[in-house]
Amino acid sequence: MTETEPLVRVEGLVKHFPITRGILIRRQVGAVQAVDDVTFSIARGETLGLVGESGCGKTTVGRTVLGLYPATAGAIVIDGHHVRTAKGAELMAIRRKAQMIFQDPYASLNPRWTVGAIVGEPLRVHKLCRDEKERLDRVKELMQLVGLSPRLINRFPHEFSGGQRQRIGIARALASQPLFVICDEPISALDVSIQAQVVNLLEDLQERFGLTYLFIAHDLSMVRHLCTRVAVMYLGVLVEMAQRDEVYESPLHPYTQSLLSAVPVPDPQVARSRKRVLLEGEVPSPINPPGGCRFHLRCPQAEARCATDRPAWRDVGGGHWVACHRV
Amino acid sequence: MERPLLLDVADLQTRFHTPEGTVYAVNGISYRLHEGETLAMVGESGCGKSVSMMSILGLIPIPPGEIVSGTARYRDRDLLRMSEEELEQVRGKEIAMIFQDPMTSLNPVLTVGKQITEMLQKHMGMKPAEAADRAVQLLEWVGIPDARRRLADYPHQFSGGMRQRVMIAMQLACTPSILIADEPTTALDVTIQAQIMDLVIRLREEVGMAMIWITHNLGVVAGLAERVMVMYAGFIVEEANVDDLFQDPRHPYTIALLAALPRVDRRRDRRLKSIPGAPPSLLVKPRGCPFAPRCEFVIARCQSEMPPLELIAPRHKIACWVDVLRGGSR
Ligand SMILES: Nc1ncnc2c1ncn2[C@@H]1O[C@H](COP(=O)(O)OP(=O)(O)OP(=O)(O)O)[C@@H](O)[C@H]1O
Ligand SMILES: Nc1ncnc2c1ncn2[C@@H]1O[C@H](COP(=O)(O)OP(=O)(O)O)[C@@H](O)[C@H]1O
Ligand SMILES: [Mg+2]
Ligand SMILES: [Mg+2]
Repeated sequence: MTETEPLVRVEGLVKHFPITRGILIRRQVGAVQAVDDVTFSIARGETLGLVGESGCGKTTVGRTVLGLYPATAGAIVIDGHHVRTAKGAELMAIRRKAQMIFQDPYASLNPRWTVGAIVGEPLRVHKLCRDEKERLDRVKELMQLVGLSPRLINRFPHEFSGGQRQRIGIARALASQPLFVICDEPISALDVSIQAQVVNLLEDLQERFGLTYLFIAHDLSMVRHLCTRVAVMYLGVLVEMAQRDEVYESPLHPYTQSLLSAVPVPDPQVARSRKRVLLEGEVPSPINPPGGCRFHLRCPQAEARCATDRPAWRDVGGGHWVACHRV
Repeated sequence: MERPLLLDVADLQTRFHTPEGTVYAVNGISYRLHEGETLAMVGESGCGKSVSMMSILGLIPIPPGEIVSGTARYRDRDLLRMSEEELEQVRGKEIAMIFQDPMTSLNPVLTVGKQITEMLQKHMGMKPAEAADRAVQLLEWVGIPDARRRLADYPHQFSGGMRQRVMIAMQLACTPSILIADEPTTALDVTIQAQIMDLVIRLREEVGMAMIWITHNLGVVAGLAERVMVMYAGFIVEEANVDDLFQDPRHPYTIALLAALPRVDRRRDRRLKSIPGAPPSLLVKPRGCPFAPRCEFVIARCQSEMPPLELIAPRHKIACWVDVLRGGSR
């Protein structure tokens, strides 16, 4: 494995959730096609943003990449390990190297555990400390690292504010000294005045430890600020991926164009002059997604072949990927 | 050229007496709304936005709630001193409300058609057939495809964005003079949010109503509002025309909030400026300025005395002892 090899490589990833009927004899009557043939990679030390509307499959991509959901098809490689076939010690190595931070800092922390127990858990699971004393010191160090006073070590999650709870989740994720962290909407539940604190913390930690991030988010403004590259998802597929400013300044896919134009800008003069590309209707169901291009029903530029042929996911130059017949 | 005054709220204070102690939710706010005007109320979660609106509409549960003081003049009457029957008339017909969760105003066990026609019969005195035709028109007006067939559907058969449209149709059916919108797009995706905002902007012009739009999203404020109130810990800390607020914010909290926001339409040029700490607990009786512990301009006086909301320029008010342009006391 060379240094230029991406840290994370995902190829042709498919994740379908079966829909079953019947009580005694469960038969599969269909599938939620949550992720359908997704290919991307993430270089060491970079932050890839993954954006798209609610239900388009972002969380499912994240959880499947980490092996938390079994993939239906495709290949996932993290730091040279094949996630889908790893067992035993190799699986533990992946679990240690790749971590996740969740959207809801409340639901993802065990309410009956103290902060010390929560942050110290990965240290215990991965046997990273020789004794209890070393573990305690390490937990305090981690708390300090994310801006929590180590004096609060015996408190419970409900005694913290939303922003502080998110810091606890970050400390827990960092405990096993991971290389790769998936941040699933880590700031969506936080107030504006707190969001910047958490984003700046994520940046500091990345710089300090050379972390690689997959940053899943709704907030396209924050993604532009934080990410080096951005991937746009629609109904289970990637439609566009490129360097951050390339996506925001020269989006090629009609979906990316309308998505970006819908983001409100905190500047009344810009708001008055900006042109919106309003989309008709809503995202179709992933149970019976439209054939051909999944976006064709709402696409202002759709033509006949878009309804029948699935556009290829390809690099149109300089690492700008897009799946659209018209590009 | 100021338009006629429609709503004049003065010194509104609302508290909740809970087992944990008294929640000082709204601490003496005053503002005015003129005919046809769109006023935005912006602030972080829990700062008292919803409570301040529910207070003037008689929607606060008492107890635990208590309206400690205030008046809310609507035309010639004080909303805070109306009987429940009078208020119900005002709420259905003259002041409409839409909420973040449309299910709070839709009945899950009645079809959408039934709910709209019942309301038209009750408030507009329509006959059933007339009401049914009007209901179809209303749903078409807010952009629901296949409206006549969808009258037979229940609320859960609509998506979140569609439900929000149904609620808007119902609330605007009686051509109210004020629409109060409490974060109606917060739970929606940006593309659906853009659709709803466009719809509301179009309807606002057609109906000619005034609007109070509650949100925590400054981008939404910039796209909709004429005037803006910034709320923090139960106080209005700044009030200005939308252009002045964004170009020339004068309260340290507003300034900090704008600096903490990344922009979708610009390249990154710096780290975000974060605001240290967190908003105060409303369980503590406010003493001094609630933003003082997080404020980079703080002076001694801020700790002990809450500054009043005062004019500092034409149509621009702040509640702050400091002159942020010159530094030091105003
Ligand atoms: N465990 C599951 N079983 C069945 N269907 C699922 C499961 N998890 C997700 N789905 C479905 O897969 C699709 C993608 O969901 P996912 O949670 O990945 O979306 P998302 O992009 O993260 O959305 P959001 O922005 O709302 O978090 C949705 O249709 C969802 O209902
Ligand atoms: N029924 C209630 N009982 C007790 N406290 C309440 C009640 N309703 C609201 N509050 C409190 O009042 C404060 C302001 O709430 P709210 O107006 O809903 O905030 P927001 O600005 O998010 O709309 C919060 O501290 C909230 O917990
Ligand atoms: Mg998700
Ligand atoms: Mg509210």
